[in-house]
Amino acid sequence: MSKFTRRGLLKSSAVMGAGLAMPTLITSPVAAYTNEPTGGSVTLGFNVPQTGPYADEGSDELRAYKLAVEHLNGGGDGGMMNTFTSKALKGNGILGKKVEFVTGDTQTKSDAARASAKSMIEKDGAIMITGGSSSGVAVAVQGLCQEAGVIFMAGLTHSNDTTGKDKKANGFRHFFNAYMSGAALAPVLANAYGKERKAYHLTADYTWGWTQQESMQQATEGVGWETVNTVLTPLATTDFSSYIAPVLNSGADVLILNHYGGNMINSLTSAVQFGLRDKQVNGKNFEIVVPLYSELMAKGAGANIKGVFGSTNWSWTLGDEGTKAFVKSFGEKYGFPPSNAAQTVYAQTLLYADACERAGTFNPCGIGEALEGFEFDGLGNGPTLYRKEDHQCFKDVLVMQGKEDPANEYDALEIVEITPRAQVEYAPDHRMFAGGSLGKCNPGA
Amino acid sequence: MDSLLLQILNGLDKGSAYALIALGLTLIFGTLGVVNFAHGALFMIGAFCAVTFSRILNISKVTLDPEKTNFLGKPLEIKTPYVVDWFGDATGSAIIDWAVPLAILFAIPVMLLIGYVMERGLIKHFYKRPHADQILVTFGLAIVVGELVKASYGANPIPTPAPDVFRGSYDFGVLMGMDPNAVIYPFWRLIYFGFSTVIIAAVFAFLQFTTFGMVVRAGMADRETVGLLGINIDKRFTFMFGIAAAVAGLAGVMYTPINSPDYNMGMNFLVLSFVVVVVGGMGSLPGAVLAGFMLGILESFASMNEVKAFFEALYLPSIDQIVIYLVAIIVLLVRPRGLMGRAGVMEE
Repeated sequence: MSKFTRRGLLKSSAVMGAGLAMPTLITSPVAAYTNEPTGGSVTLGFNVPQTGPYADEGSDELRAYKLAVEHLNGGGDGGMMNTFTSKALKGNGILGKKVEFVTGDTQTKSDAARASAKSMIEKDGAIMITGGSSSGVAVAVQGLCQEAGVIFMAGLTHSNDTTGKDKKANGFRHFFNAYMSGAALAPVLANAYGKERKAYHLTADYTWGWTQQESMQQATEGVGWETVNTVLTPLATTDFSSYIAPVLNSGADVLILNHYGGNMINSLTSAVQFGLRDKQVNGKNFEIVVPLYSELMAKGAGANIKGVFGSTNWSWTLGDEGTKAFVKSFGEKYGFPPSNAAQTVYAQTLLYADACERAGTFNPCGIGEALEGFEFDGLGNGPTLYRKEDHQCFKDVLVMQGKEDPANEYDALEIVEITPRAQVEYAPDHRMFAGGSLGKCNPGA
Repeated sequence: MDSLLLQILNGLDKGSAYALIALGLTLIFGTLGVVNFAHGALFMIGAFCAVTFSRILNISKVTLDPEKTNFLGKPLEIKTPYVVDWFGDATGSAIIDWAVPLAILFAIPVMLLIGYVMERGLIKHFYKRPHADQILVTFGLAIVVGELVKASYGANPIPTPAPDVFRGSYDFGVLMGMDPNAVIYPFWRLIYFGFSTVIIAAVFAFLQFTTFGMVVRAGMADRETVGLLGINIDKRFTFMFGIAAAVAGLAGVMYTPINSPDYNMGMNFLVLSFVVVVVGGMGSLPGAVLAGFMLGILESFASMNEVKAFFEALYLPSIDQIVIYLVAIIVLLVRPRGLMGRAGVMEE
């Protein structure tokens, strides 16, 4: 009689299964963090708008990312790696692993941006996500990266909220913010236009617009200006004539356009068409201010931008060695100078790679520690600090003005003042940035 | 008073664009029975005709200036447009300055051709299909056209200014005995209004006073009977599709100095223009024009700070964004055929 019973078979199978699995359980390394690289390469995720209204900015960011990857892998002339004060990067990838990348299309929509970031993390194994040309998108993707346990190196995002109420331990911003624009611009405006001015704000109705208006209002009122009216305009607006017409008889003598991208081009065009810049109000010339400039948008606004003040994070016309190196690399590769969106994402990629090298790991918590409080120079903005308390970079801010006689389409703006870092600094618990907390770094896995 | 006047002018100006696009939409619906959601794309293509024409005029010969350098320290490229080279500085520069009005001559044949190809190549295959199919295919076409334009011209708006002589504003305030600058309105926007009026009048005159137009009108009223008389009404309707495309295209050409064109501008106008057609009455040409101007003025009034504050107090924020749709809902509830639509249309 056979002793082979069903119960016996199950017991034997269980023991055999456990036995077979044992070596795997003992020898397989447990991932210490999300997408820990195991092969000879490491994948970065570049999440930029490739379609939608900011696609041109996204294209410029992508060019800069590709250049950064080339330089990290030892190709090209090395660009800003040669001028960066930290010398941890050796041109052999990151921690000896070749840098590869995948790209995603944010479409300048939060849900699409989250979906593409999620796909890059889960399917492509991206260990870091970077990019963006909209604060709404940046805040959404930063939240996702925090949950997923990867680092988010923000691209072009200017809302105070990104490193204010929506800040996250896994998120880092190199770009300046709305508060800094206000702090840099207000003294220049007071100097150019006087301290007794009446301002009318037109503001894009979303997170960036709100914080930009609040920052400009506080800063200009601080130098003695009066705010006559503030009007929110829907983001989808294309014809601003209905919003410009009431400005004419409002008593205001300055129009502040808290608009960006296509909004800025169209609202500025309408304002100029309505003759605002030829008008005299309260015995003064009527003036227009655009707090956040971009070279690509300035190009779109054409001659309307002449003489108009604004601010940028960086300009290719700066004379420091880092800027010269980057402009040379970028210009020789692509045939035109880089935008400040391109510079910020290039700098962010280098900063991430450098932090990995200094930390000796790709673990987000190690990288976070390496970036927090990190002081550096040579990336185009002068001495810069990545503040520990909110992961915001502090550096000089540029006040720009539309050039009266541009030599070519890339020469629309000129630097009026390099506002020193000390003038745009604020306390981490400043009321415009209050309400959120970094929380703890999340390595995921 | 001055604010009201300004908003009336604004409304007429906005209404001009709505009316021109809605006129074309109605012409196509009235003749071919097709709901053409690609009509906004035709408006956008017209605008890019102006951009293209401007770029053609600016094609330049390049010379190197060894004494000046570019941002990379290499000899600076000096670009001289061939037009300036051929006709001299004054005439050449004037031709480039007048690129937008001159682009009309470029846009008319281009738009007629595009209209013809679009109708023969795609839309005619959907005449006997349900309206839902027509909407889907034309909407898809609009997306494809938009992406093609973006791939060729980029996503950012492209500045296409009016001739220098039309820059600046006209002071209505002084004309009406008010303070200077009380009511000023940009010259080009006034020209746009005048241009729209002329185009609308020309389309109506064409339909009213020519034999061709009479046959088209007869075909719109009773296609079968006109066909039984031995008239090839399909051919005439195809031509009308071309006319509608040209009207949308010209509206786009002249709109470029008002708002710098981008690949998405057609979509921005399409939905509003479709609402205009529905409010005016599907298939009614006078209805489309009337509703276009009426809704343009209404939208402008709704964006006045005082009006917005009033509606906000009634818990209706952003009235300027919804006023057109509110009116459309009311019209569809009270008079489903629209203001001037024929009995029976949209009433089943």
